[in-house]
Amino acid sequence: MQSRALTSEEYYVESEPYYEATGDEIAIFEAAYQNKLPVLLKGPTGCGKTRFMEYMAWRLKRPLITVSCHDDLTASDLVGRFLIKGGETVWVDGPLARAVRAGAICYLDEIVEARKDAIVVIHPLADDRRVLPMEKLGTLLQANDDFCLAISYNPGYQSVLKDLKQSTRQRFVALEFDYPSADLERKIVAKESGVDTALAEKLVKFAHMTRNLKGSGLDEGASTRLLVHAGKLIASGVEPIAACRSAIAQAITDDAEMLAAVRELSTSLF
Amino acid sequence: MADNHPLSAEQIRQALEQWLEVEFTFIQVEDLASSIVSLPREDQDFLLGWVRRIATTNIQIAHQFALRAISQLAHMDRRMIEAWALHAMDTYDRAGSSPAFKVINELDNFAQLSHEHAAGALFEEVGGILLTFVRGLSGRHLKLEKGEAAYTDSETLFLPAVVAQMREAADNFKLCKAMVALLWAQTRYGTFRINLTEALKPYPDSDKALKQFHALETLRLEACIGRELPGLYREMQRLKTETGVSQPAGWEHYAADLARPEASVADSLRLLERVYPGATPDAVCYQGELRLDAVAASIAARIEREKILLRVKLAMEFEKQTIEIRSDAPSFDVKQIAADDRSDLPRMEITLDDAPIAPPEGVNQLLTSIFLDLGEIPPEYLVPAGPGEYDTSLFEDKTQDPDTVWQGTYHEEGASLYPEWDFGRQHYRKNWCVLREKEVKPLNDGFLQQTLDKHSGLVKHLRRTFEAMRDENRLLKREPSGDEVDIDALIEALADARDGSEMSERLFMRMHRSERNIAVMFMVDMSGSTKGWINDAERESLILLCETLELLGDRYAIYGFSGITRKRCEIFRVKSFDEPYGEMVQRRIAGISPQEYTRMGVAIRHLSTILNEVDARTKLLITLSDGKPDDYHDGYRGQYGIEDTRMALIEAKRSGIHPFCITIDTEGRDYLPHMYGAVNYTVIADVKELPLKVTDIYRRLTR
Repeated sequence: MQSRALTSEEYYVESEPYYEATGDEIAIFEAAYQNKLPVLLKGPTGCGKTRFMEYMAWRLKRPLITVSCHDDLTASDLVGRFLIKGGETVWVDGPLARAVRAGAICYLDEIVEARKDAIVVIHPLADDRRVLPMEKLGTLLQANDDFCLAISYNPGYQSVLKDLKQSTRQRFVALEFDYPSADLERKIVAKESGVDTALAEKLVKFAHMTRNLKGSGLDEGASTRLLVHAGKLIASGVEPIAACRSAIAQAITDDAEMLAAVRELSTSLF
Repeated sequence: MADNHPLSAEQIRQALEQWLEVEFTFIQVEDLASSIVSLPREDQDFLLGWVRRIATTNIQIAHQFALRAISQLAHMDRRMIEAWALHAMDTYDRAGSSPAFKVINELDNFAQLSHEHAAGALFEEVGGILLTFVRGLSGRHLKLEKGEAAYTDSETLFLPAVVAQMREAADNFKLCKAMVALLWAQTRYGTFRINLTEALKPYPDSDKALKQFHALETLRLEACIGRELPGLYREMQRLKTETGVSQPAGWEHYAADLARPEASVADSLRLLERVYPGATPDAVCYQGELRLDAVAASIAARIEREKILLRVKLAMEFEKQTIEIRSDAPSFDVKQIAADDRSDLPRMEITLDDAPIAPPEGVNQLLTSIFLDLGEIPPEYLVPAGPGEYDTSLFEDKTQDPDTVWQGTYHEEGASLYPEWDFGRQHYRKNWCVLREKEVKPLNDGFLQQTLDKHSGLVKHLRRTFEAMRDENRLLKREPSGDEVDIDALIEALADARDGSEMSERLFMRMHRSERNIAVMFMVDMSGSTKGWINDAERESLILLCETLELLGDRYAIYGFSGITRKRCEIFRVKSFDEPYGEMVQRRIAGISPQEYTRMGVAIRHLSTILNEVDARTKLLITLSDGKPDDYHDGYRGQYGIEDTRMALIEAKRSGIHPFCITIDTEGRDYLPHMYGAVNYTVIADVKELPLKVTDIYRRLTR
């Protein structure tokens, strides 16, 4: 595909993303969208939250603006700021303000990573007021009817410092995501990576072994995404054990002993 | 250059006489010395070094070790001899002298068996990896420990200290892995689901029956592993072929019978009737042992515990949903969701009146464990525990009142065990210190008010200086990017542009917050020597610290330490990290009183563990002390204690903690640099300075 520049509010998901529903999340999201309710996606990394958002954007035919939050992300980064152009100061909307105007879906990924002022700025947008205060302009931006706010966070990383406050979380309809069932995950891995079902099944089994290690030295087991990576390597001719090492083991840990143990698990399996 | 000449018989004799204390023990060392004298210098140093180290533990064991090791030096890898010596000392620590002598004696047998096999897998080296490996497999959360053979009690897998049957190091590791996998398979595929002791009783030769059953069961489990872990299965077959184990005629039929996916332990028992009259096959290299007594004891305890635990958890679920336990209350059920393939464990879902509920924490693991023992979840397990049974002392790790436990005969129930560094041995003594956490008895004697009155000027001063350290948003000007336009910079830039000079790009302002992300642990000496002035000064310091730390918002905890002998180390909780500073903490500070001795290493290890559970960028461990480590018994006084404390501090540093010591021992300069490092301590000349200095030092440390 040729690369081309798009403004984010022009970014429509054009072809249907491959998404396997694990429950009633599609219906709930749609109902929340019709009722102008914001949505919170919870779940471990790589279990399909972002893919779900792409799928819903495609389904609802709305542009998708994704912001990956980080610990320096401020309210200005979301709302907008003054810049200097041709000797004059001009106002430039941030991604959230653009989404509010354009009636896009704004997806704030890993919201707890953002600074507190950035989290608070979404409060009036996330209740029935649906306005975005633009303090520097002294105006309130009323959201377009089609606008939708979605945020995600990973309760697995919960710490005293990084937790979502009740005042924030209680504004959202929450959908819980987890790794798909073994059956479904096998189907996803086979479809996305091109390996046969038997191999996909072994990859899923391997993922379960690493997930058993959560709390025994691993923060998190292998995600579906990593399985797809490993599957793609295998489909391109890489040996399964080597693929598991590069695409999965090395991605989940740096600890030498853990790597050795995970390697023993993969050599046992293949 | 080092002297490479062999030591003379006289030199060796003198050294041995000293280490083995022949004046008192009357050990004859002449023959030993004359055997050692013929060795090359390198071997002499190696052997004597170990004799010296073992002698700090037990002289007789050191002597026996010396006698045995001389003949082994020529054909045994040093690494193995070392492992054996350490294993003997560990055994001595754990079980006393006679099992330790047994370990030393096995050195001979072992050397014969492992002739030329210098590539053994040592438990110390492979244990960590294999534990993680076995945790990755499905089923019960197993433990892995060193034992005298490979066997399991169905909760813990035991591996020998050294496995050296194979020629290559890699193969010995694979062999250990195969042993672990087979033991895991016993717990996973239901070997112990039948009462084997009963089942084997009818056979006149119970030993033979057990061996034959073990061989049959191994065939069945190999087939299970073959289905689940084909890579490992291939490895196991290779190891079996290389070690050349013969199977009696006809056994291939049994193997085929037991390889059916639906074969269970009952099939192994059924076949036992047929094979019993015949020959017993040789044990496979990774087969290990079946110790039915150990299994029976472990299962009996577990089944009771897990049953009541599950019922209590269900009762808690009732409570959560505000349902009363009555005869007409809704009932729990467990639905097994069939696994995707036969080898997987079924997934279990708890339902309450047919509606699935989110399983309470830990229940999934519990259900798996129960399922592995019984093959089902019996209905009586799903009855929520009634009020009389709802007693937490019936299950889970018991937290008992330390004082009650200490009373009467000594035992280690419910205590934490910590290793201690033995500098003589140059190795850890495992599970050496027995530590219990206690709470300081709160005292309400107006100590807080007295302290605040006494130091009112100081408190004000401290508050002012500490306030200056608080998190504050600073406005950074002339930044290349930021939240707002820096109008001053902009005007300048525009003026520059009109002038024709280059316009600066630094036109923004932004708020910058430097967050303090500190957790600090105060470890307070409560040894008997702090009685009087020192104790008062320590308590005053803590009050002032708390008052000022509350301003900063740094997370902090306060624990006292004392104890007597390695068997009775005590940590006194004054304030934990998540406890707010309030009246209770103030009363506990007032209640800090001198106790017994100062075994510092174990206190540092315990408090480091607590500190490491806190998520903070900077972690400080500050010790307030009045002297060097000291204990009444087992040689902790002097260099031993200093070296153990030093090692505990090194461990703490390795885990990312910054230790610091504030002491009023004017002789501290002799040993503190060695323990804490040149800059990580401070000596206060006068105890009266302590309150001021402690806060001041804290301010400097965390600025």
